[in-house]
Amino acid sequence: MATATEERLEEIWGEEPGPVSWFTTGDHKRIGRRYIVTALVFFLLGGIEAAFMRWQLAQPGSTHLTPEQYDELFSMHGTTMIFLFITPLFTGLANYLVPLMIGTRDMAFPRLNAFSYWIFLGAGIFLYAGFVVGAAPNGGWFAYPPLTGPIFDPGINMDIWSLGLIFLSISTTAGAINLIVTILKLRAPGMSLARMPLYVWAMFVTAWMMVLAMPPLTYANVLLQLDRNLGTNFFDPTAGGDPLLWQHLFWLFGHPDVYIIFLPAVGIVSTVIPTFSRRPIVGYPYVALATVLTGIIAFGVWVHHMFATGLPSLGLTFFAAASMIITIPSGVQVFAWLATIVRGRRPAFTTPFLFAIGFIVVFVIGGVTGVMFASVPFDQGVTDSYFVVAHFHYVLFGGAVFPMFAGLHYWFPKITGRTYSETLGRWSFWLIFAGFNVTFFPMHIMGLLGMPRRVYTYSPDLGVEGLNLLSSVGAAVLTIGIALVAINAIKSLIAGSKATANPWGAATLEWATTSPPAHYGFASIPIVHGRDPLWEQPDLGSDLTLTHGREILGTTITDADPEEPLPMPEGSVLPLVTALGFAAVFVSLLVGSVPAALVSTLLTLGLIGAWTWTLGGVPG
Amino acid sequence: MSTKARVVQGSAVLAGVLALTDAACSGPGATSDASGPGAHRISLLSVGMFTIAAFVFLVVICFLAYGLFRRRPGSDDERPDLEDRGGTRMVLLGGVAFPIVVLITLFVITLIALEAQAREDTGSHVLTINVVAHRWWWEFQYPDQGIDTANEAHIPTGEPVLMQVTSTDVIHSFWVPRLQRKVDAIPGRTNDVTLQADADGTYLGVCSEFCGLQHAHMHLEVVAQAPDAFDGWVGQQQQVPPEPTGEALQGQQVFLGSSCVYCHSITGTNANGTVGPNLTHVAGRTTLAAGTIPNTPEELAQWIEDPQSVKPGTQMPASDLTPTQIRQLVAYLESLT
Amino acid sequence: MSVARVEPRGARSTGWWGMALFIVAELTLFGTAVASYLFLRFRAPTWPPPGVEDPDLVLGGIATVLLVGSSIPILWAERGIERGDVRRMRIGIAISIVLALAFLSIQGYEYASASFSWRTDAYGSLFFTILSLHGLHVIGAILIVSWLEARSFAGHFDGDHHVAVQTGALYWHFVDIVWLAIFSVLYLSPRI
Repeated sequence: MATATEERLEEIWGEEPGPVSWFTTGDHKRIGRRYIVTALVFFLLGGIEAAFMRWQLAQPGSTHLTPEQYDELFSMHGTTMIFLFITPLFTGLANYLVPLMIGTRDMAFPRLNAFSYWIFLGAGIFLYAGFVVGAAPNGGWFAYPPLTGPIFDPGINMDIWSLGLIFLSISTTAGAINLIVTILKLRAPGMSLARMPLYVWAMFVTAWMMVLAMPPLTYANVLLQLDRNLGTNFFDPTAGGDPLLWQHLFWLFGHPDVYIIFLPAVGIVSTVIPTFSRRPIVGYPYVALATVLTGIIAFGVWVHHMFATGLPSLGLTFFAAASMIITIPSGVQVFAWLATIVRGRRPAFTTPFLFAIGFIVVFVIGGVTGVMFASVPFDQGVTDSYFVVAHFHYVLFGGAVFPMFAGLHYWFPKITGRTYSETLGRWSFWLIFAGFNVTFFPMHIMGLLGMPRRVYTYSPDLGVEGLNLLSSVGAAVLTIGIALVAINAIKSLIAGSKATANPWGAATLEWATTSPPAHYGFASIPIVHGRDPLWEQPDLGSDLTLTHGREILGTTITDADPEEPLPMPEGSVLPLVTALGFAAVFVSLLVGSVPAALVSTLLTLGLIGAWTWTLGGVPG
Repeated sequence: MSTKARVVQGSAVLAGVLALTDAACSGPGATSDASGPGAHRISLLSVGMFTIAAFVFLVVICFLAYGLFRRRPGSDDERPDLEDRGGTRMVLLGGVAFPIVVLITLFVITLIALEAQAREDTGSHVLTINVVAHRWWWEFQYPDQGIDTANEAHIPTGEPVLMQVTSTDVIHSFWVPRLQRKVDAIPGRTNDVTLQADADGTYLGVCSEFCGLQHAHMHLEVVAQAPDAFDGWVGQQQQVPPEPTGEALQGQQVFLGSSCVYCHSITGTNANGTVGPNLTHVAGRTTLAAGTIPNTPEELAQWIEDPQSVKPGTQMPASDLTPTQIRQLVAYLESLT
Repeated sequence: MSVARVEPRGARSTGWWGMALFIVAELTLFGTAVASYLFLRFRAPTWPPPGVEDPDLVLGGIATVLLVGSSIPILWAERGIERGDVRRMRIGIAISIVLALAFLSIQGYEYASASFSWRTDAYGSLFFTILSLHGLHVIGAILIVSWLEARSFAGHFDGDHHVAVQTGALYWHFVDIVWLAIFSVLYLSPRI
């Protein structure tokens, strides 16, 4: 039975199902779900690309794929997994969870949120258009010139890649700004920074890193476009340019990017482990500080991707030291989780908890090989071999995808209102854990036996064919495990039992809403007195219902003291149409039509003007 | 699952891992099958680091297992434990103190290895070889000996040789795992690395920076020979090939009359193309097309007739020679020892 | 608990924070551009390369005065609307638009009269790319304040409601200040 307040709020915030609201919604929950589903589609595509690669490499001298096809597959596999899967997935999850966890009703900029999603979708389609026209990006996800310059890669392949990524960066940057402002200004009264859930800390640092790391990539891609299409010489050593300029710019983005991928995962694990150990995390201040320090130090280690390029050894030594130091905050986090498990109650071995434990095992392996790479001479031995392929899959799959599975299972009841099958969950975990290790552990050996990376085939003389076959078999097992997760999700969505508001008995605010939450989220804005509100405060309600209109509460940055209510916009089609405008600009640039680019730019500017016409002035 | 079953399972996994790891110890490209001071250094560093890594991993697993499986007093209390404030010491000892000790150790051994590397590179060398990477083959120039060869570099055993590595087109990377670390071949830059082999033998090298379609088929061989044998090789490489006779002479006519001369050079003829490998002593090499095929008449004929079928994407164009002409050409090239 | 319904302004406004963070991203972009200039500059034996003249300090200096000076009428406009003086705001914005257009004209003249192009060595590539990148941002700033001007004629701003003006002005100041860094690096550093 809905109370009068709840009915009023539903009137204000509710959306009619149907195509109109689907295209105009700014509801963070709908947009978050959209991001997650789309990102999972790209996970599937990236996985198919990987499957083709493992099929080709299962035996030496295979001719299932031509070299060109293989090059496109590995380029798109990396690009898809990093840019179109994991970061958008974590962004979508944050979109959904952060407002709920901080006790507010939406993101600071709901229409910008919708816009960010549409741009992501558009950029994903843009990047995959390459396959459709038979010219998929083929220069690797890292695109080193001169290979990707105008002379050696004259086709449209790498233009699709670099323009696609510039296009995508609009989404990433807008999403990051939205997250930061949401976390700074919209936290529930009493939720000072020191009481913020660690997941929110993680997303906060991640968002800052996105703001600072995307510009070097965007700039690098602009320069690559100029070299490729307008005859500039940024990367041409015969005309004053330098191929290493690209590498510096790319890795200035690229290294922080791996922490942009990793930190949200850390946030998930810092949420899941305390819940199933039935206690608050040990050392909250240290974990929060470690998160911030990781974000900062991440910007100081990029040269470790360039140890074999012949840079002076004084510089190399500095970056070796920094790359070693960055393990300390990670160590703090790992031991905080271990201490929480040790000092917690008997753990509940639910599927999310299993994936969190699996993450610890796999990530520590990846982490120790990572520290080995910090040692310059060792790096110079095994970089660009399958050893590094093993390393980064351990830290990316282990360090991000395992926590993703943990998080998806953990929040599945909240987001869908259904319960998943624990039996299927456990089976999928063990198949994924076994399949993952059988796929990627042999790659350490393959690298130590001298197999370089990014090769479409290898010689039987190298002695790696058995390991390659084993790895491909592992990939098949891994695929089955992932398929089980999908089956579990679909079965549960159709016929799973209804979920309660807080099936895990967890501590954070999102569990104080219904499963799934109503359109308005919270009937009254909670007032928070500690880090684990649902464990510490049985009665969270307040009289801050904000039923005057479509409103949320602005609070101060550090202590979250209430300020003014902030009016929220109604749904609008402008985010979608503006995103289409941007898409038109990028397509014009891709095909090289200056008139089309100018017209679509003017159109897009007009749309932005229309969108912002009513912002920041006299209301009404 | 019982503890015993877990232990059995865990041991089986560990045994499998160790068996795999043992497999990593030898092979033509195996880092730990080190045969030169540079590779020995990396191998030693690896063993040290793997030991430390295994130790760290074990510590974490022990804590994890203890936390997951230890017996806890009292009932299955569902209420969250909000009282316990301890555990910070474990976090700081395990997460700060322990890593600092490990990392200082690692950093010190890294510095020692870097120092040894620097001494090696700035020390004296008996020979200098310019390594010029192309898509998709390796050019080896011996400036002091006046030699220009491809894909197979000979060095005197037991002596430090200076390799000055660069590229004419895209970024490649020069890597002979059993002898030394890798070094990138970057256009516009020259990177130095010292190569030294402890024992006579043939050492496999691979390109290890993605450089396009045939990155996978850009191998090289470093042949280490005793000083006399090495001098013999140098002498032979410096010789102008004698005038061919018989079928080989006809092959030479074919060579000089076709497009081969635009890309290749043979000393003693007026073919001086530099796009492709120097063929003056091609018959002496064990492989062709940068390690893609063995150097036999049949393979050479196939390569000349249809390079794309051997190495799809290669820059070498297909020939429009008749089978007879190809046979003659092969006879000529195989006479160039 | 009751809360007063007034327009949050400055750092109490989410919109202001959004613009501030956007500016942080843009600052990083320009910082990267400057870093790329310095990277290539210090790898070059001579800079500018032979045959290319140093950038014109006189023109550059005048352009700098015009652009950085244009922040003053913007500030004056901001203070005006804070007091509810819409007319003052409109005049201030109009003056700054004129100054910024004059800046762009000087830039355009420099492009047209340069003896080199963006194809001439990495020097030319950097010079034209970085200046164009900044020039595009000046155009963006002009568009933003023109839109504020138009809105003022629709009665959107008064003494109690003008956070959009604060936000737009913030962007204007950013574009001017970043020019100082670009001017120093592009115009002054070849002479060092």
